[in-house]
Amino acid sequence: MTQFHGGARTVWDASAISRALTRMAHQIIEANAGAEGLTLLGIPTRGAPLAHRFARLIGEAEGVEVPVGELDVTMYRDDLRRQPVRPVGRTRVPRDSVDDRVVVLVDDVLNSGRTIAAALEAIKDLGRPQAVRLAVLVDRGHRELPIQADHVGKDLPTSRAERVDVHLSEVDGEDGVLIATGEEG
Amino acid sequence: MRHLLSTADLSSAEATAILDVAEEMHDVQSRPVKKLPTLRGKTIVNMFFEDSTRTRTSFEIAGKWMSADTINVSAKGSSVSKGESMRDTMLTLDAMGVDCFVIRHPSSGAPRQAAGWVTASVINAGDGQHEHPTQALLDAFTLRRHFRETADGEFAGKRLVIVGDLLHSRVVRSNVLLQRTLDAQVTLVAPPTLLPTDVETWGVRVTQDFDAALADADAVMMLRVQRERMSGGFFPTAREYAENYGLTAERLHRLRPTTAILHPGPMNRGVEISSEAADATASRVLDQVSAGVAVRMSVLYHLLGGGEGNR
Amino acid sequence: MSDLLITGARLADGTTGDLGVREGVFVDPADLGGDAERLDAEGLLALPGLVDLHTHLREPGREDAETVATGTRAAARGGYTAVFAMANTDPVTDTAESAAYVAHLGRRDGDCEVVPVGAVSRGLAGEELAELGLMAEHAGVTVFSDDGRCVHDPLLMRRALTYLKPYDAVLAQHAQDPRLAGPGACCHESQIQGVLGLPGWPSVAESAIIARDVMLAEYCGARYHACHVSTAESVDVLRWAKKRGVQVTAEVTPHHLLLQTEEVAGYDTTYKVNPPLRTREHVDAVREALADGTIDAVATDHAPHAQQDKDHPFDVALPGMIGLEQSLAVVMEVMVNSGRMDWPTLVKRMSATPAEIGRLRHQGRPIAVGEPANLVLVDPDARAVVDAAASASKARNNPYGGRELPDPVVATVWAGRRTYQR
Repeated sequence: MTQFHGGARTVWDASAISRALTRMAHQIIEANAGAEGLTLLGIPTRGAPLAHRFARLIGEAEGVEVPVGELDVTMYRDDLRRQPVRPVGRTRVPRDSVDDRVVVLVDDVLNSGRTIAAALEAIKDLGRPQAVRLAVLVDRGHRELPIQADHVGKDLPTSRAERVDVHLSEVDGEDGVLIATGEEG
Repeated sequence: MRHLLSTADLSSAEATAILDVAEEMHDVQSRPVKKLPTLRGKTIVNMFFEDSTRTRTSFEIAGKWMSADTINVSAKGSSVSKGESMRDTMLTLDAMGVDCFVIRHPSSGAPRQAAGWVTASVINAGDGQHEHPTQALLDAFTLRRHFRETADGEFAGKRLVIVGDLLHSRVVRSNVLLQRTLDAQVTLVAPPTLLPTDVETWGVRVTQDFDAALADADAVMMLRVQRERMSGGFFPTAREYAENYGLTAERLHRLRPTTAILHPGPMNRGVEISSEAADATASRVLDQVSAGVAVRMSVLYHLLGGGEGNR
Repeated sequence: MSDLLITGARLADGTTGDLGVREGVFVDPADLGGDAERLDAEGLLALPGLVDLHTHLREPGREDAETVATGTRAAARGGYTAVFAMANTDPVTDTAESAAYVAHLGRRDGDCEVVPVGAVSRGLAGEELAELGLMAEHAGVTVFSDDGRCVHDPLLMRRALTYLKPYDAVLAQHAQDPRLAGPGACCHESQIQGVLGLPGWPSVAESAIIARDVMLAEYCGARYHACHVSTAESVDVLRWAKKRGVQVTAEVTPHHLLLQTEEVAGYDTTYKVNPPLRTREHVDAVREALADGTIDAVATDHAPHAQQDKDHPFDVALPGMIGLEQSLAVVMEVMVNSGRMDWPTLVKRMSATPAEIGRLRHQGRPIAVGEPANLVLVDPDARAVVDAAASASKARNNPYGGRELPDPVVATVWAGRRTYQR
């Protein structure tokens, strides 16, 4: 189902996203053999609400409260000096939620892998997890670093000229995955 | 943002952005690893033409926690006594590839002049009787946290009372400019001999009635009064000053419980501030010091953290 | 020196005609020989050569900042045919010998007449009188000043005035109370100064000294001259003193006529000057006073400095700005083009009266047969953007750089010699 949305093409609507998140939540539980020891860290901006949705889904499925936080990686990026000063997002990591736990990083789009590389750096400064896993809603492909996601909502092969926008109701008012073509990407 | 020379250069949005990032940086202070890789490869020179252990250390820690290389140059009295002009002193260091100069200078305007000479960014770390922008930012940071705990967290409509030697204070100029940008109301209290020329044009209330000003204050900032001002004839005695303009124990007890007490330090206990007030629960003096590093990290990030406006 | 025929010049009184110059004196053009050099002055105004009561030539002592040669070349380009060289050189001009040396440098290197000013106090220290009598008798000094410093001690001031009276010499005071405006004072005490946090130089530090001095001058019956008057209160005091018949004269600089305190807002040390640039009400007052004669003369206070002495923090950099080349332009702009003053009055303020104050009998004279041939040819309509780098002065502390101003001086003739021609 493809809709056009103000110059951009909607490739996934709210219900598709919802189904994907439910599936991924179960994969996370399965990979961890339960919710025990899990911490979810969303990367702002849109990784953060996704992490909270996963926490709710996992919590409902397992009947436990999963620690969830936000990890901004701006200060760890290797491309800071390639553009003007970036705004910095929030970092809120629950107490005792990193050391010896399984930290699941959550982001909306995985592309070059540089954001995740920065996140791995950032986690090191917070503590020593038992393991770090990665869950992303969309994987675009164009990797520049040897990084792979453990849980993927949708593989979305696109050209570099295209831009993938994930919209989430918490930030954008509604859910959707859009592809925009043109210069902006 | 290329330089930080005056809080007058900051819009409300820019100031708020600096405070917001400072909140994030403040959390870094409580981490096991107090280090961010952000400014790796950047060189920051702290040029202190005037001693200030507190400010210099704060900037040095901020730079180091951001992974910049920080170098301290004690330039006190250097240029004039050696016959070298300040311009030559600055150009010499600039030619070594410095990214940022943090300048403390006894002369008003020296950082602004330096900014016109060098290619690096310049941060004013206090110039003469002019400005001390990062002090005003850390004061605002401390106040915002206080307002978040005791009220709505906004500056608009809050009443800040600043008391002391306003004539010679760089802190007051930066604070008035910033607090006015953030929409707070500022009342200045000082003996008439220690008021800047035409201070009533600054968009502030000016009074000698400290007690009346304190009655509805949300925060009171006590400024240091140097003892040499007495010999300069600015006021008769420390006793008379303390009675009229000091935050005495009696005044402390009359304060509303939500009124924050600030002091940029170093304090003259017994003159402008009593020990009771300095150590009171309402005192935010140590919060100011801890905010200093976070705010300076944020300022460094805003000046050096991007690829634009830097070398 | 060959004869000179200046054709078609208009005089300040409006008449037009040819001027002949022979051996330093104006002559009837009909008396010139056929081989006279010609200078076409069609459409130009011929004014008597300007006289500056207040110039710092820096030689001897700071030849890296200015010399008699470069300073007087700048003077000639500004239309001046005489400058009074202030005494604050190194060594200070406080003896007949040092005054004679300055006059000698002027004769040797000068593109205009150089008249030494003698110090009031030995070494400008404000403690003991310099050799006032010997300087007057042996070196012809007629103006005495500790300029750069104020003669602050009222007793020393009284003694100096009394001592100078028989010589008909004038004491030119740098009026700055050193307690009210101390050594660090560098910005007019004002709203801007309060914001900039620069040490304040209050206007009362000038007017209080002038008030005291005019009373001393009256009491002693001596001649007193107020240098670089910059405040409205000083003007009031002068007006009052003149009404009482005190023998007092005063000067104002071009920069105090044109520029205001706002110029220092960026801490540009080019605009650091002593007394400081004042606010509008003071600028208006000195303009009015120059127009009505309360202020008698324009004097440049041309103060060249080496760049390294300006490349310091504002309160540390040396005060002063140059002014010889743009002085006439500024006075034209502020006083004549605005309708405050006519050309004959400008001639009085910039030539006749300063010569009279300094008792220079052969300067500031009218342009007429038999008078010394000192003149400046002026294009009243030309305008240009001032290029500070193009100055004849060694110094570049030119506050008018980048400003569009009249560009009047076409040629200058001093004692029959062309010292400048565009």
